[in-house]
Amino acid sequence: MTKPRPKHLNLFQIRLPLPGVISIMHRVFGATLFLVIPLLLYAMQLSLESPQSFDGLKSVMAHPLVKLVILGLVWAYLHHFCAGIRYLALDLDYGTELGPARASAKAVVAVSVALTLLIGMWLW
Amino acid sequence: MVKREVVGAHYGLREWLAQRITAVVMAIYTLLLVLVFVRVPVVDFWHWQALWKLPVMRYATVLFLLSVYYHAWIGLRDIFMDYIKDPGLRLALYVIVISALVCYTVWSVQILWSL
Repeated sequence: MTKPRPKHLNLFQIRLPLPGVISIMHRVFGATLFLVIPLLLYAMQLSLESPQSFDGLKSVMAHPLVKLVILGLVWAYLHHFCAGIRYLALDLDYGTELGPARASAKAVVAVSVALTLLIGMWLW
Repeated sequence: MVKREVVGAHYGLREWLAQRITAVVMAIYTLLLVLVFVRVPVVDFWHWQALWKLPVMRYATVLFLLSVYYHAWIGLRDIFMDYIKDPGLRLALYVIVISALVCYTVWSVQILWSL
């Protein structure tokens, strides 16, 4: 074993194929969603406590920057949702060939981005 | 001989399966919730509160949130097993995540049943 290996473990030189990209996104978004659980619970609590806290939350959520964060989280949820359904299908042995697997990875990106844009249009 | 560690994977199918079952529960809940929001207009606070007071909403939501927390635990455990090599640090992170999730569980029930 004199050959220097592995040859490319520089993260900026590795070119992941699309299924690899959506896989790491699944992980990153999953961790993100875990981190925002307390924020979401707090928002839920405010929305249900009293008419005053409900209105307060509403005005906070009307801020453009907050809307942008919400939209980002919506994208994270939708991506995790779509990629998760793809993994369930792969587990059941559907679409495990290279061609279909690449096509379904594209579909995950397309569907989650399209739905996010749709929700974004409704938010604004 | 396989080297077994306290914070290693438990070499089991259980978590793998639980990850998928909780995913299905969450997916179904998400779709049903979208349907509810499309069908039931939320005009003001009182409509909103009345919606979440319904027993079916409370129990379905608690089931959903418990699935989220269990799912999050397995996911984070997998991430820690992949990237955190030091057993002590890994164990500490497990304790932090489990503690947070237990608190979130109590908090969730409190939110839904204090209406």
